[in-house]
Amino acid sequence: MNDALFTVLLAVFAGAIRVSTPFLFVSLGECLTEKSGRINLGLEGTLVFGAMTAYAISYHSGSPWVGVLAAGVAGSVFGAFHGFVCRLPRVNDVAIGIAMMLFGTGLAFFFGKPYIQPTAPRLPAIELGFWSDIPQVKVALQINPLFFVGLAVAVAMWWAFRNTRWGLIVRMTGDSAATAKAMGYSVDLVRFLATTVGGFLSGVGGAFLSLYYPGSWNEGLSSGQGLMAVALVIFARWNPLACFAAAVLFGGAGAIGPALQSVGISQGYHFFNAAPYILTLLIMIASISPKRSLRGAPGELSLMK
Amino acid sequence: MTETTQNPALAAPSAAGEWVGRARRSAEYVVIPLFALLASAAIFSVFLLALGKSPQTFFELLWRGGFGTEFSWQNTLVRTAPLILTALCVAIPARLGLVIIGGEGALVLSGFVSAVVALPLLSWAPPVVVMPVMFLAAAVTGALWIGAVGALRHYRGINETIASLLMFYIAVSILNFFVEGALRDPSDPNKPSTAPIGADNMVGKIPGLETHWGLLWGVVVAIGLAVLMNRTTFGFAARVTGGNVRAARAQGLPVGRLMVAATMIAGACAGIAGYFEVAAILGKANGSLIAGYGFTGILVSFLARHNPLVIPPVAVLFGGLAAAGGLIQRRMGLPDATVLVLQGLIFVVLLVSETLYGRFKIFDPEARR
Repeated sequence: MNDALFTVLLAVFAGAIRVSTPFLFVSLGECLTEKSGRINLGLEGTLVFGAMTAYAISYHSGSPWVGVLAAGVAGSVFGAFHGFVCRLPRVNDVAIGIAMMLFGTGLAFFFGKPYIQPTAPRLPAIELGFWSDIPQVKVALQINPLFFVGLAVAVAMWWAFRNTRWGLIVRMTGDSAATAKAMGYSVDLVRFLATTVGGFLSGVGGAFLSLYYPGSWNEGLSSGQGLMAVALVIFARWNPLACFAAAVLFGGAGAIGPALQSVGISQGYHFFNAAPYILTLLIMIASISPKRSLRGAPGELSLMK
Repeated sequence: MTETTQNPALAAPSAAGEWVGRARRSAEYVVIPLFALLASAAIFSVFLLALGKSPQTFFELLWRGGFGTEFSWQNTLVRTAPLILTALCVAIPARLGLVIIGGEGALVLSGFVSAVVALPLLSWAPPVVVMPVMFLAAAVTGALWIGAVGALRHYRGINETIASLLMFYIAVSILNFFVEGALRDPSDPNKPSTAPIGADNMVGKIPGLETHWGLLWGVVVAIGLAVLMNRTTFGFAARVTGGNVRAARAQGLPVGRLMVAATMIAGACAGIAGYFEVAAILGKANGSLIAGYGFTGILVSFLARHNPLVIPPVAVLFGGLAAAGGLIQRRMGLPDATVLVLQGLIFVVLLVSETLYGRFKIFDPEARR
């Protein structure tokens, strides 16, 4: 019994790292975008389109890393479009996000049809389990480099928000557009750049989905992970380091179902499938109150009004 | 004497001027969405040309598959019914400034619940009992499901857009959990489904139309809600809330109750759509309920500018697009997601075109002065 428990815990640990990576990238992208005062709900579409692009490019070029880069570029195109369009008067960023979500998934399914069958080269993992003799530990410690890249981006973003000129400009634009304008910065440009970089990060998150875990391209690849990442940013109070912690927590929640299945417990599989969504909703209910404003919330964000 | 001659002389041009002004202003709301549709068609044609496909063939097939024959009209109208109802699920909360995009979840869950409540009744109850019970169960489920989103929004400050979409995924998980588990009909080898509700309990067709009664329900509900939103105190209070929540609060309007009521009405609409999908099309609940009507309904509502009376004709348009999808796919060798791309494109172009409002003098009644 202890063995089974060990296996499950190990599988949850490994799963938390695997499943959390796309959450991490999307939530960091959304965090940056929201810090600049805009919300991009379309990151779900960007994630799916990034996943498709990465898979297709990896298949054609033979190099998964080229696929990752292509996914990032595709994501930044989506982000740039969102950033550009939302500066026009009367254009609503929430509604555009919904439209981009539907458009992005539609485009991904459209172009992704021929890539459902073939196998593309996948991203390699770093073997961190070399010190252990236990095969399960070895497997659990196969960690994808993108996880560490995400961690590095989270730390860098956290540091940059506090300590750099650019971080301050982004935060100022998000808190008060009027102040940024008075200081001589172009609000539209800052938001445009923030949304573009946010799109890039989400695209990379999508590449992880199709090139590492689950590691293939199909139309059910992402079911709302991009959206959960948006909710996660609120939970993380717009702090990149907290985004990292929240992503790992969500990854763990998402990994419970498959982990139990690996030891033969398949009852309630669909319940555990629903666990991340229910968890997101419960966390939002627990952590948001209409009575007080949230610490760290950008003042210009239409989401919180 | 002078008074009587002066008054009509003054009143007549101003009344006419007012009418022209109003016509100009409403023309803007017709011309700009139509322009958005045409622009999307143009962009989509370029997209098809870039792929080496003929736009002309595409639009011909769209016409033939959606509206060209009696059979295609039938296909279109069958899809129109759920689109009207799911669009209403977006439109009513939108009047209060809420963006609800989880109508699909309410449709799926309500369809499932209505199929389940029928199961214990099947052996003894006549259709007169089973059908209303199923209908009510679906409407109540939808009302509670989306009403919960409205309540969360008001009492907990949770963004309704994110919450409603999360609840769509939860609804799908609930459906799969039961349909592939406890409630799976073992006699159905193909697709995991609940037991069929039986031919007697199915909703019939509207005489002479070959389309089920859901279409008429959709149209009647749309008209009813148009009256509710435009001609009653409730509708007025809702619109005030949508215009300015603070002003509504200052006036002492029960904002919370309005939000919950509007989201419950919206959810009931999506729930009724789910009922008709089960009771008029599928005959049981299974994964086919997740057909994307809820998501297309969002687009329908936005294109109709959340006006319940405009929703039915717009829903016919998108019902036709959905109906023609299969034909286009077969004849042109395009993936089935082609319709999704076009819908997404229309949605994006439509929202971008919002920026055109107020930019053209021709629509401005004040411009001549």
